[in-house]
Amino acid sequence: MLAFIIRRVFQSILVLLVVGAVAFSMFRFVGDPIDNMLGQERTQADIERLRTELGLDQPFPVQYYKFLKGAVQGNFGVSYRQGRPVSDILIERAPATLELAAVSGFLAITIGIALGVFTAIRRNGFTANAIMSVSLIGVSLPTFLIGILLIYLFSVELGWLPSFGRGETVMVGGWSTGFLTESGLKALILPSITLGLYQMTLIMRLVRSEMLEVLRQDYIRFARARGLRDRAVNFRHALKNTLVPVITVTGLQLGSIIAFAIITETVFQWPGVGLLFINAIQFVDIPVMAAYLMLISVMFVAINLIVDLLYFAIDPRLRADRTAAH
Amino acid sequence: MADPVLSIRDLTVEIPTRYGILRPVSGVSYDIAAGEILGVVGESGAGKSMAGNAVIGLLSPPAHIAAGEIHVRGTRVDQLTGDAMRRLRGKEIGMVFQDPLTSLNPLLRIGDQLTETMLAHLDISRAEAERRAVAALEEVGIPGAAERVGSYPHEFSGGMRQRVVIALALCAEPSLIIADEPTTALDVSVQAQIIALLKKLCRERGTAVMLITHDMGVIAEAADRVAVMYAGQLAELGPVRDVLTAPRHPYTHGLMGSTPLASRGKDRLHQIPGAMPRLDALPDGCAFHPRCPRAHDRCRVSPGPRIEDGGGRAACLFPMVEEAVA
Ligand SMILES: Nc1ncnc2c1ncn2[C@@H]1O[C@H](COP(=O)(O)OP(=O)(O)OP(=O)(O)O)[C@@H](O)[C@H]1O
Ligand code: SF4
Ligand SMILES: [Mg+2]
Repeated sequence: MLAFIIRRVFQSILVLLVVGAVAFSMFRFVGDPIDNMLGQERTQADIERLRTELGLDQPFPVQYYKFLKGAVQGNFGVSYRQGRPVSDILIERAPATLELAAVSGFLAITIGIALGVFTAIRRNGFTANAIMSVSLIGVSLPTFLIGILLIYLFSVELGWLPSFGRGETVMVGGWSTGFLTESGLKALILPSITLGLYQMTLIMRLVRSEMLEVLRQDYIRFARARGLRDRAVNFRHALKNTLVPVITVTGLQLGSIIAFAIITETVFQWPGVGLLFINAIQFVDIPVMAAYLMLISVMFVAINLIVDLLYFAIDPRLRADRTAAH
Repeated sequence: MADPVLSIRDLTVEIPTRYGILRPVSGVSYDIAAGEILGVVGESGAGKSMAGNAVIGLLSPPAHIAAGEIHVRGTRVDQLTGDAMRRLRGKEIGMVFQDPLTSLNPLLRIGDQLTETMLAHLDISRAEAERRAVAALEEVGIPGAAERVGSYPHEFSGGMRQRVVIALALCAEPSLIIADEPTTALDVSVQAQIIALLKKLCRERGTAVMLITHDMGVIAEAADRVAVMYAGQLAELGPVRDVLTAPRHPYTHGLMGSTPLASRGKDRLHQIPGAMPRLDALPDGCAFHPRCPRAHDRCRVSPGPRIEDGGGRAACLFPMVEEAVA
């Protein structure tokens, strides 16, 4: 098991290196940052000087190596646009995105699993069928449209909730949180619904279909034949087996919640890393873009690792197979 | 004579379909006494499992009991629903399924599956249930039972798993066991052991057994009486020696011919010509007449006499009497 984890960590590092290289090299074709940074009255000497200053005259492998070396030390260089260290900007922005993603992910998982189980157990009930039909909307409407509809209804028409921003935030040891103020919590509601709705419906439909499959299994029939209560059959026996395949997809969905935050943050002008990335693209702010992509891939890789470990925790067969195989 | 543990009278199971009402079990009556093993045989689709599922109240809708009565230890059970029926399952009526590889929940330790079953039915403490779980495993011949209670199903071989399944079916001490092809999925080498175990445990406890099987060898080995089913009906019912050596129903006769009994040396498999009619196309008169070598004109219009327990042995207008098996 330890060998497995070590192997996975090495694989993860490899993945990160590749993602980093691809991201880093792609940016070379996005545009020349020098163009944006210097005004119209630039001289060839200015350009050369800036190029050397930023290290852009060096060969690609050298640039990449320097980038990696810095990244490992938490140094992603200086933003071309803001002239401040990228790591400072990220630390400032990350709490907004992480809090939004955490609330969305939490809603998506808890409500998704609860509704999935409900619609599977009551598969022919009226409420269950109604939920299934409504969930189709959640899957088919694009995120930005859901956001705009929510803003229209709850901010413009009803005036209950703010349409943009994070509300008041409080600093807790370098972390700006919106959880502690009323306006901060209110501001979280619409963006987190917008961001989590798609994942929630996806998790719900997946849980439902997996659960229906599990409920057909012999061991469920046998559990019934032994006179176990419905609650024990549905939750102790069926749900646990349902979650095994659901975990992978759910993990990936959490990753995409962070990635999709770009759209939601744009719609709600949410001051997180997604909005930062969008602004960075317009300005060809390579250090910020590279750092953002690295951050996202670190999260994906970390989530994958957690998913693998969860498998171990839930499924005894894997524990046996993997330990036997090494 | 003491009351039988199981008493089925004119049991009829119906499945409403688009093409009309199917009767996978039609007017079946038999008793099983305490400590008695009734073998139930018949071709695939004859309704053996349906009858067993009807008794334990696990027919999957739309199949349902349309007529007849089922009594277990004098209590009528066919009209019980919901929690009342659930209480009987495991406690009064136990069931052993065909495939031990799929009847155990892969994610739960076998000790936990045993204790949860006992706790659902018996008024005992958890510690007592855990003690009994070890005893139950010892009784079914699991070596090192005290350590094995903590094992997961995948850590056992097929034969051992079927022993665990039997322990589970018996752990709340039911008075009736329905064993639906308990050895079909097992290695030939362990089949005899499992049958011997089932027989021994049920004899010791006076448990009545409905032993559904395709294997005449198993019947000859374990059963006290045999019920032969054909197209949902009872074709023949009688003591195992009589039915095996001097069958009265032509269908039983054909079945005997089609089974290589050890006592009959290297007899060729005797296939009964034709196939069992589909439930939506049952012929008039005796359901067996299209395949029956003894069929007369009368057989095409009038069904054979029904078997009442204690009455005639074969549901045939022209039963075979004193004819040796060819
Ligand atoms: N949902 C259903 N709709 C229509 N017919 C069904 C349905 N379920 C079962 N049947 C039919 O009911 C009949 C009885 O099935 P059953 O499982 O009791 O047979 P069996 O004697 O146990 O056979 P086997 O030896 O293959 O297990 C079969 O002919 C089957 O085709
Ligand atoms: S009733 Fe007639 S057709 Fe049916 S089994 Fe007897 S002899 Fe054959
Ligand atoms: Mg069957």
